[in-house]
Amino acid sequence: MNEPVKKPARKKVEVDPRFVNYKHVWVFIEAERGVVHPVSWELLGEGRKLADSLGVELAGVVMGPPGERTRAICGEAFHYGADLCYLVRDEALHDYRNEPYTKALTELVNTYQPEILMLGASTLGRDLAGSVATTLATGLVADCTELVIEAESRNLASTRPTFGGSLLCTIMTQRHRPQMATVRPRVMAMPEPDTSRTGRIVEHTVTFVESSIITKVLEYIPDNLQDKPQLAFADIIVAGGRGLKKQENFQLVWDLAKVLGAEVGASRPIVQAGWAELDRQVGQSGKTVRPKLYIAAGISGAIQHRVGMDGADVIIAINNDANAPIFDFAHYGIVGNAMQILPALTDAFRAQIAQARKAG
Amino acid sequence: MHSVVCIKQVPDSAQIRVHPVTNTIMRQGVPAIINPYDLFALEEALRLKDRFGGTVTVITMGPPMAEVALRKCLSFGADDAILVSDRAFAGADTLATSCALASAINKIRENMPVDLIFTGKQTIDGDTAQVGPGIAKRLDYQLLTYVSAIREIDHDNREIVVERRAEGGVQVLRTKLPCLITMLEGTNEMRYADMDDMFRAARYPLKLWDRVAAGIENPDVVGLKGSPTVVGKVFAPKPRNKRAEIVETIDNDPKNLAATLLAKVFTQHPKLEREIARLAK
Repeated sequence: MNEPVKKPARKKVEVDPRFVNYKHVWVFIEAERGVVHPVSWELLGEGRKLADSLGVELAGVVMGPPGERTRAICGEAFHYGADLCYLVRDEALHDYRNEPYTKALTELVNTYQPEILMLGASTLGRDLAGSVATTLATGLVADCTELVIEAESRNLASTRPTFGGSLLCTIMTQRHRPQMATVRPRVMAMPEPDTSRTGRIVEHTVTFVESSIITKVLEYIPDNLQDKPQLAFADIIVAGGRGLKKQENFQLVWDLAKVLGAEVGASRPIVQAGWAELDRQVGQSGKTVRPKLYIAAGISGAIQHRVGMDGADVIIAINNDANAPIFDFAHYGIVGNAMQILPALTDAFRAQIAQARKAG
Repeated sequence: MHSVVCIKQVPDSAQIRVHPVTNTIMRQGVPAIINPYDLFALEEALRLKDRFGGTVTVITMGPPMAEVALRKCLSFGADDAILVSDRAFAGADTLATSCALASAINKIRENMPVDLIFTGKQTIDGDTAQVGPGIAKRLDYQLLTYVSAIREIDHDNREIVVERRAEGGVQVLRTKLPCLITMLEGTNEMRYADMDDMFRAARYPLKLWDRVAAGIENPDVVGLKGSPTVVGKVFAPKPRNKRAEIVETIDNDPKNLAATLLAKVFTQHPKLEREIARLAK
């Protein structure tokens, strides 16, 4: 008889003793001029799942000027899933400036030691995340599309697009804390707020001396939102691609969008050709969108485009090539000439809407 | 005025293809280019030199072949170029990269103070926008990201005023030199190289610095060893299980196709129909 084969003992991953005090999942709540960027709520939704799978608390980090508005943001964070909020209020935090915000966030992390810290991949979030990761000498993974906890090691596995979106890679920060990640707006789903939820506020004082903060904000010029495409938050998007062939055909996309009250999007070749503004580009090097309906006309569905839009609830694709990759991930497809289908769709939608109106 | 411009040689990501069967990257024949965003940074530095005089030094961390990118920058009018290259730098993440570049810029400063550091807003291969902030923090420079315009420079008071793209508007900021600026795209069109500069660039003895020359004594702070992030698996995005439902009619007439599509979509997504009626104007 052979000796029974001894099963090798399952290698147990010991938590590094340096990290035993690092607990909790944090989300930086980005508020500019008292207005919270929606990506912060999206991150709380994601953070809730991570905190639950680790069995720890979820905290929001709120910074801003003294006054009730900044404190009120904590209340909103509780509605979106936070158990507690770290609150730093100071005149120096009135407008976003790298220096005081980096100082405050670095100090909070060193004091309360989270194991995971997430920020939005906005202009503010990237500016702050890159700085804080350096002051903390820890890892930072940009533009994550998926975040999960590895069951055995309790490490965060962050997945992000690489090589211009052609591939995905999973990145870990095993030997440093906190594990930091940024996520683009609209990549994670917006959680349903629960207005009955409350939580604790931990107010922390950071000492700033304004005269020693070198950068000053002279002026803030808000964008005229009416003039700017708001693709990221559009409920319906009609987008056009190279299959439209000529610049004048791109008007057909506008016609349908007008009937639907939709935003107009475009793939990269269209923007590069100058048929649409940079703000309308959907994809890896453009905007990530999450509409209820996405109509793609003459778009083949290259992976760089797909990563920006496949979170749409319903995707309709029109392309004359039945083998175009877009039909692999769209929900409905018409194989045909977009120049003929688009006007027909515009008429059909117009009639449908008129009918729905009459029906009340 | 002495500006240092950090550039990176990147594969033209628009031309990278994934092998349909093996899911590996097919890099053969993909041209190496200067990260397009870095060219806006270089152009801005050259414009400041045109206005105020001074020196523009270009620096990159990369393999020896990145020399081509540096010579290109020299041909556009940069004065000096440094290639920071060592096997010890291989596998660096953004933290380790900012360590190597900051240390090299520190070395540059020993010969000539550096007033401004320029980078592009991000690279097109990594897309992280993390190296610029990392360098600024390590050198204790003021950090100005997503700068769309330099309004003025006051040399006597060593002050600079810039416009910075923020999430919902534009911030006008005043800060002190030295500072690090990451430039937004589309601000300035890159100039053409002139003939004299092209000849000079081809012959120019650019500097090649290894780890020690770049002032890094401890090899563990750079490259793979100095990188807190570890890349695990690389994989192709999962195909969706179901292909699109292709709408067809007997005649495939556009009008009938459109009507059939709408009927199908609205039957399966009744909420969407109400939504559209609400949004339509």
